[in-house]
Amino acid sequence: MKRELICIVCPRGCAMTVEGEKDNLTVVGNACPKGKQYAIDECTHPTRTVTSIVRVANRVDTMTSVKTEAPIPKEHIFDLLEKIRAIRVEAPVEAGTVVLPDVYGTNVVITKNVK
Amino acid sequence: MIVEHDIVIVGGGPAGMAAAVAAYDSGVTDVVILDREPGLGGILRQCIHNGFGLHKLGRELTGPEYADAYLKEVEARGIKIYTETTVTAVSPDRVVTARNREGILKIQAGAVVLAMGCRERSRGALNISGTRPAGVYSAGTAQKLINCEGYMVGKTVVILGSGDIGLIMARRMTFEGAKVEAVCEVMPYSGGLIRNIEQCLNDFDIPLYLSTTVVEIHGKKRVEGVTIAEVDEKRRVKEETKRYIPCDTLLLSVGLIPENELTRSAGIPIDPITNGALVDENRETAVPGIFACGNVLQVHDLVDYVSDEAEIAGLGAANFVRGSKSEGASVETVPGNGVRYVLPQRVHTETGKDTALFMRVTQPFGKVRFTVKSGDEVLATAVRLKAAPGEMEKIVVKGDKLAMAKAPITVSLEVVK
Amino acid sequence: MMYDVVIVGAGVIGGMLARQLSKYRLSVCLLEKENDVAMGASRANSGIVHGGYDPEPGTLKAKLNAEGVEKLFNVAAELHAPILRNGSFVCAFGTEEEENTLRELYERGQVNGIPNLSLISGEEAREMEPALSEKVSLVLNVPNAGIVCPYELTIAAIGNAMDNGVCLKTNYAVNGIEKTEKGFTVTSAAGEVVEAKYVVNCAGCYSDKIAQLVGDNFFTIIPRAGEYMMLDKTEGSRVSHTIFQVPSVEGKGILVSPTVDGNLLTGPTAIKVADPACTETTPEGLEQVARLASKSVPSVNFRQVITSFSGVRSSEKNGDFIIIPANGVENMVHVAAIDSPGLTSCVAIADYTIELLREMGLVTECDPTFNGTRENPHAFREMNDDEKDAYIKEHPAYGKIVCRCETVNEGEIRDAIRRNPPATDIDGVKRRTRSGMGRCQGGFCMPYVMRLLSEENNTPMEQITKNGAGSEQLKHRI
Repeated sequence: MKRELICIVCPRGCAMTVEGEKDNLTVVGNACPKGKQYAIDECTHPTRTVTSIVRVANRVDTMTSVKTEAPIPKEHIFDLLEKIRAIRVEAPVEAGTVVLPDVYGTNVVITKNVK
Repeated sequence: MIVEHDIVIVGGGPAGMAAAVAAYDSGVTDVVILDREPGLGGILRQCIHNGFGLHKLGRELTGPEYADAYLKEVEARGIKIYTETTVTAVSPDRVVTARNREGILKIQAGAVVLAMGCRERSRGALNISGTRPAGVYSAGTAQKLINCEGYMVGKTVVILGSGDIGLIMARRMTFEGAKVEAVCEVMPYSGGLIRNIEQCLNDFDIPLYLSTTVVEIHGKKRVEGVTIAEVDEKRRVKEETKRYIPCDTLLLSVGLIPENELTRSAGIPIDPITNGALVDENRETAVPGIFACGNVLQVHDLVDYVSDEAEIAGLGAANFVRGSKSEGASVETVPGNGVRYVLPQRVHTETGKDTALFMRVTQPFGKVRFTVKSGDEVLATAVRLKAAPGEMEKIVVKGDKLAMAKAPITVSLEVVK
Repeated sequence: MMYDVVIVGAGVIGGMLARQLSKYRLSVCLLEKENDVAMGASRANSGIVHGGYDPEPGTLKAKLNAEGVEKLFNVAAELHAPILRNGSFVCAFGTEEEENTLRELYERGQVNGIPNLSLISGEEAREMEPALSEKVSLVLNVPNAGIVCPYELTIAAIGNAMDNGVCLKTNYAVNGIEKTEKGFTVTSAAGEVVEAKYVVNCAGCYSDKIAQLVGDNFFTIIPRAGEYMMLDKTEGSRVSHTIFQVPSVEGKGILVSPTVDGNLLTGPTAIKVADPACTETTPEGLEQVARLASKSVPSVNFRQVITSFSGVRSSEKNGDFIIIPANGVENMVHVAAIDSPGLTSCVAIADYTIELLREMGLVTECDPTFNGTRENPHAFREMNDDEKDAYIKEHPAYGKIVCRCETVNEGEIRDAIRRNPPATDIDGVKRRTRSGMGRCQGGFCMPYVMRLLSEENNTPMEQITKNGAGSEQLKHRI
């Protein structure tokens, strides 16, 4: 196989080419090792960090934000979003608090403090 | 009654906070930050996506986390913060007038750092014809309503402009269940980061139409659809390509404009290209003791670089208060071939310090070599594998080279085969 | 209850009539089909106080324009509606035909009794107005002319009328007027009923439809759309006078004018439209405005456009105002075909209409409790810093700036939602306070304004509209 892709690891956005078979992929065009890993992951099991919002139940029209601590498999993004949608938190909340543990191999944590 | 403070910082976003911390750490501790919002952080508070901080903090953070990292630094130093306080005037002799629920506040500042950020271009500025229904939002307004207040603004969406906020919002709206029908970009290339096209559009099969714009808005009370059309190289609409897309929402991500009303009111000259103040290498404007940094000075691609720039301005302001300002000869910087602007627009040449020049290119290029020259003297060169208008370039000129600059410094590029 | 007078249409004409009627011991009801007042021609027009040189002598327009100028300045002052006597220039561009037209206008102005008119050379004009085109050869100088904000004037007139007891019913689309033994029943599309002894039709572009409800078919409104471009305040001092071009049969041509708020206004075009609700702008129209405005003032910087809009004027084939008793029924007056100089003449039109009502038998006994002064909604804006400081200490909401482009604070917005006529939607707040009218066009302040509307009216955010039902800004709560 041969695949061209844009690296999303950092803002530089390297244009990379991946060639070879599943267990033996070569990457050209990456500027760093993270890029190479991304390219290989993208061709074998693509993952994404997911960010979204969660309602703060005891504040008027106030949302806090959340993220997955690590990237999750791309095909589960919308499943995870459904799970996040059901979450309600109560202020005060602190960034780093786990609101959904152990999903798709990682945790969903708060990213915005609400006093 | 006028109170006095050494440094007054107008705006508590990433620029204002980094400037305050830098000034404090250099020894000027009487620093105050004025911000109109209930909390510091500026627009970062609504940018819940990740991708911030890799360069500056060495880890990838979301917007609120990046803001929080700096807020902690500000609070740890006991820097005085006025929130929900709007600055209404800055005078050339550095009297800052502000207003909050307690009254009018007047501060005589030793130095002022302007860090007001930018605003989005509106529909009016684009002059799109058609009706004026509900459902036309600038992307940032929609972002605030969704991410901070928790209200969905639409179900079927067309986005005009492929700036980063527009791209990010395409994904965000998709996450919240909306259908994004199209992202239209009038230029033949996107103004956003290439990785955002990848992870915000391509991941979700959202089409990006280049050289395409919205020519008409339809719908009496609420948007019912838009007419889009391709444009030629002179941005004239190709009539035969007009087509109607039904939608209930149009998001505009068509550019950011530095918010320089206060700057102008202080009589500070503005660069017509950057729409920000003309500054020297300390980010000092043409009015002594008034500094500017962040998106009010030039629209940045990454917040990390905003923080860098703000540290320069904060240190410059502190030095001004201490009475140790840059002196001696200075020369202008001028954009040459392929370069749209260079900032700072003036540099002192006898400081002995390495000085970074920031610039944006006029169009997308492949591999290029930048050359920084003063007269016939080459001060620096840099090669980049690619260059795009959406990204800021930075070239450092060594202090000893800078001392050789006797004529205006020109930065130009040539394409490398 | 049986009102003495029902007015159909809360534009500047209906509104000013209501205000002038509120001086008397009368019960008055003002009906408006939209969600707010000033939603038709009064929402979007040039905002000019015309000198009065233009109308054909002997017409109602000539009479009421000439009487109307000073009446308007006086009433606007009482109402604290922004008005400014900046004078106007009517320009000829070197052709004999245009110069002759100007001379005719000068003569006509003399017949109409317009004070201080003069013809001046292009050079003299450019001395007073340096940005004027070199091609301008002759100018009719009209020093008594001015500018006024049409929707603020309407809002102020209706607010003052309401303060003096007039009842305003919005979202009341009149679809039936029945003559009864005692007077009229005026019904709405939604089935509501209002009764009155006298009815005045001030329905603007829809006045012919209202007339048809009582069998009057003798006039037909021709809606004409005019497109405008509003420029940033950085362009506001490009000219100080209102700059007209020699008028044509289509209208008074494209003007370039400062506004009372300090912006620069260019427009309008004049295009016949089938539907008075058709307020779309077109690429051709906006191009025409820019081209013709540049003819008068070449230096106008159209990169500084902050918004474009279109307003629809109600014209009629005979060209004069129609202010006459209804044919089909007694005790009803049509006030129709009020196109330019309708805004200038609005007070004179109201007074003239009241005279007709008196002739029909309406008894107008002065109400000693009438207070013709409306509190200045912009008082805070005009204070110095010390006064502002003192005021904020009493009213903290005035210290919170909501719209940063136009420096509008929370207190002013809350007032606009509370005072007569109350703002109930985002555009209503905008017209009353200028919040969202600046260069960012509401990008920053709109969510905050929605919040204040939601709080003040105890309405969920999802139900807050831009301009009435159907224009909800939000889809659902996440």
